[in-house]
Amino acid sequence: MPITLTPPEIDRRHRTGEGDGGGRKPPTDKRTGGNGEGDNWSDRPQGRRGPRERLAQARVGLFFALGGDLMFFVALVSVFFVTKSSGHFDPYGRYIYEWLPTAIPKILWINTAVLLLSSFTAELARRSMFREHDAMEEWIGFGRPLSRRAGIWLSATLLLGTLFLAGQWTAWDQLAAQHVFFRSNPSSHFFYLITVTHAVHLLLGLGGLMVALALLRASRSMATRQVLVDATVWYWHVMGVLWLFLFALLEYGQ
Amino acid sequence: MLSAPTAERFWHLPVDAARHGPAMDAHLLLNLWIALGLIALAHLILLCGLAWRRVKAPGLKPDPSVSIQQGPEGPFSLPVSGSNGESPQLRSLLLLEILPLAVLTILFAGLGARSEQLWAAQRYTGANPAAMQVEVTGAQFVWTFRYPGADAAFGETKPMLIAPAAGNSLGIDFTDPHAADDIVTSQLVLPAGREVDLTLRSLDVIHGFAVPEMRLKQNAVPGQTSHIHFTPETPGEYAILCTQVCGTGHYRMQAVMRVLPADEFDEWLRMRELRR
Amino acid sequence: MKIFSTHHRAVGFGYLAISAVAVGVGVLLSLAMRAHLAWPDWPLPLHGPILPEEYLALVTMHGTLMLFFVLTVAPQSGFGNLILPAQIGARRMAFPRINAASMWLTALALLVLLAAFFVPGGGPIGGWTAYPPLSESALAGPGQGAGMDCWLASIAIFGIASTMSAVNTLTTIVKLPCEGMTWQRLPLTVWGWFTAALLSVIAFSVLLAALLLLFCDRHLHSSFFLPSGDVINGVLLQHGGNGSPLLWLHLFWFFGHPEVYIAILPGMGLTSMVIANFARRRVFAYKLMIATTLLIGLLGILVWGHHMFVAGLNPFAGTVFSISSLAIALPASAKVLSWLATLWRSRPRMTTAMLFALGFVSLFITGGLSGPILAQPILDEYLHNTFFVVAHFHLIMAMAGVFGLFCATYYWFPLLFGRMLSERLGKVHFWGTLLGAYATFLPMHLTGLAGEPRHYARLNGLAGPGTTLLEATQPLQVHITVAAIFLALAQIPFLLNLLRAWRSSERAAPNPWVATTLEWAPESEELAVVYREPCVYSESGEEFLAQWKSEAAINSEAE
Repeated sequence: MPITLTPPEIDRRHRTGEGDGGGRKPPTDKRTGGNGEGDNWSDRPQGRRGPRERLAQARVGLFFALGGDLMFFVALVSVFFVTKSSGHFDPYGRYIYEWLPTAIPKILWINTAVLLLSSFTAELARRSMFREHDAMEEWIGFGRPLSRRAGIWLSATLLLGTLFLAGQWTAWDQLAAQHVFFRSNPSSHFFYLITVTHAVHLLLGLGGLMVALALLRASRSMATRQVLVDATVWYWHVMGVLWLFLFALLEYGQ
Repeated sequence: MLSAPTAERFWHLPVDAARHGPAMDAHLLLNLWIALGLIALAHLILLCGLAWRRVKAPGLKPDPSVSIQQGPEGPFSLPVSGSNGESPQLRSLLLLEILPLAVLTILFAGLGARSEQLWAAQRYTGANPAAMQVEVTGAQFVWTFRYPGADAAFGETKPMLIAPAAGNSLGIDFTDPHAADDIVTSQLVLPAGREVDLTLRSLDVIHGFAVPEMRLKQNAVPGQTSHIHFTPETPGEYAILCTQVCGTGHYRMQAVMRVLPADEFDEWLRMRELRR
Repeated sequence: MKIFSTHHRAVGFGYLAISAVAVGVGVLLSLAMRAHLAWPDWPLPLHGPILPEEYLALVTMHGTLMLFFVLTVAPQSGFGNLILPAQIGARRMAFPRINAASMWLTALALLVLLAAFFVPGGGPIGGWTAYPPLSESALAGPGQGAGMDCWLASIAIFGIASTMSAVNTLTTIVKLPCEGMTWQRLPLTVWGWFTAALLSVIAFSVLLAALLLLFCDRHLHSSFFLPSGDVINGVLLQHGGNGSPLLWLHLFWFFGHPEVYIAILPGMGLTSMVIANFARRRVFAYKLMIATTLLIGLLGILVWGHHMFVAGLNPFAGTVFSISSLAIALPASAKVLSWLATLWRSRPRMTTAMLFALGFVSLFITGGLSGPILAQPILDEYLHNTFFVVAHFHLIMAMAGVFGLFCATYYWFPLLFGRMLSERLGKVHFWGTLLGAYATFLPMHLTGLAGEPRHYARLNGLAGPGTTLLEATQPLQVHITVAAIFLALAQIPFLLNLLRAWRSSERAAPNPWVATTLEWAPESEELAVVYREPCVYSESGEEFLAQWKSEAAINSEAE
């Protein structure tokens, strides 16, 4: 028997990892779906299910969804401007213009700063998901440098986002303490309506962040983790910019 | 009631008793006949196009430069620009799309311009200052009319004073001196030949004040007043209908517009003022 | 197939099932309405005479069911999910789980809406447009309490589901077409779905905002739409603030007008493709058809005020909206001209699908040409909220839209089920439906011109000139009702056809219509590639170049 033939028992050991291109495989972290995810990446047909395509699809979908969401806020803001500029004649024939601007609690300034900071941390998380060297290592299965770093920044974002919502709640409490409720007058309708709908959107964003964090640990597909973080963070940024606009409207536009 | 002329009877239009009516009717009939004509023409083209034998499709010419050959000269005609099929394609596009669209544009522009003229005449400017003022109030499910009386001013109304059971369905504030001579009726009585300016109000929900035989319609929206003005020409009794769904009694929210010759109207008004 | 499948075929059939339930209920409601108008004292079996609030609830629910759950769902989400991926060469929709979720949300919305019939007070009575202050308070009428809340919840859920579905459609069309499928080679059905999805994304959010504000008015004592000093049913409503009902009208119609274009755009795209297929011709002026589809979508967002000419707007606003409304007649006419030019002297193959496409053209022309009349404010002053408007939108939206759905069914049945629907039964179905549609809705123009208003629970029974005016339309009312019953019965051949096909075992040919679009390509493991635009037929119509056949393949076949 020529000495170059591989004996059966060693051959069997080598054959347990099919599709690895032959040769010994490095130790892999199965939880992250390492080993290149075993998905035949060198033989993939072009333009179909690759990570780049999935990312592009997620971004396009998010773009259209946010476009629709934007129209929702456009409608609310239009109603705001119409209501702000309209008065009526009371039974005595006097023209009544009842728009009493609601004074914005000062805590909203802090909340805005917190939200901006959270966008900053979110962007750090997002960018860290795409650092090529770390991505390659994690994809092959050499540990999880990407997910760990992104997870840290995402957690920071989650914390800051929760702080923002707590701050908003405090602002509502402060207004309630001054007996300014939703139904008090037209401008308070809008203050509560605008801040509550934005807060609901942000709560959804927090949910997205939590899902992203959970799947950073649990998901086996690198692309899924990247796409999820990317989509959540873009959503977060848009909600942040939207808040800037809404805050400016409430502060200076009343 | 007078019977409608033949064209209007074909289209089931009721009698037309307002001064602005005939012009509007003429324009409406023009539109209807044109629409009918265009529908017939389009269907004629459709049916002929289906029935007649097959010919070459409009705008195409065999393109020998196509490499797919199934017969001697290549049967697949491609209206691709740049090939030598350019001018038939452009010509057929001009003839079959651009030209008819241009004709339709001119037609719609003409009809639109005429309609804007009529609309402006009726709505852009307010009533003649000498027009008679009547207030129309809609509530679930009754129309109430109010005349200002000799002082030509309506008394104040307040929502908290509305008490239909006590006879004050409009909420007139009787401490207001102008309210003393207001005449409240359930029929809209008007003199023929005099312009009248109606102030439309609503107490609760949106109602639609419509008088088909005067070619009038305007919504009465709570929280604002609307004005429409017109001149009733022909004496008679005309239907006032509600045309914006306002609840279970929407179908029976009807009233009567009585147009009287001028002297009879003066008599009627005098009797009502005396009764006050 | 499993219940919560995310495969687009399951989702598409789920949507069609929702529409089927909605259309069945909607048709029954309309028959009850028509019977009541023709014979007001006729008691509904197992129920008794129809009371005014019940009549108005019938009208409201009929409109809501048909417009939302049939005409927005079936053409766009139903057939879109079934056919769109195949037509662009994709294996799936972009977000299968969101797709399935939106379908189940739509089903939930339908259940919540139908629950309105069974809550205390009954169904809402404000029409599908739900104008405040009638919709502001339970005091305004029976059904405006819990029934109105059901309506609000249902439409809100529906709006969210529709937006999700539209995002899915848009991402699929933008990102998933196969190799070679450029924008100019997309079939016109896909352009229709694309534009309708764009409109959905823009319009439904505004409706959602309006619904939120109405909810706040109803339950949180705000006053977005309620003017101060409003006295409903003897109660002075004190909601602190002065709102305007006109605000609702603006918000609602900003949604409401694009909504009707969402309902009709896919059907227009399908008609172009089906006519070209059976006439074995190219679509005349293909690029112009793409442009007109987009233009109709764009202009559709700018015309909402034509529902408000007599609502209390500034008359100058009336003029502005009149111009944009007349303008939209032009791209619509361009489409009609293209259809006529495509089939001109082509001796098309008159299958049932082709007949329904031709019926679409006919109804679109007839219904559409009453549009410019209504777009002129001075004429709308007379015709607003009369049955003339009802005739207009039933012909152009309900009937043409439904003809588009029937065309889609007959056309794609072999693809979806591998069997053919009977042509003979199909033709009986077509002629019955076409005649029934015209017999029902043409006379409505005349009753409207005679002055018959909408939403009237009775036309007789009162004294006075109003009743004299309205009772004169009674012969036409009976005629319309009889025709409506005929129209409903004319659907029986269709049901029999479906039943027969379900039980037959004859398989259909793979491409029985000699179509060129990609959904008819033979199934293969390989990725789809597209080589040309659709509807390339030879001059004689005998040969055709399918989108998926390369030149090499055709040349080798020819040899």
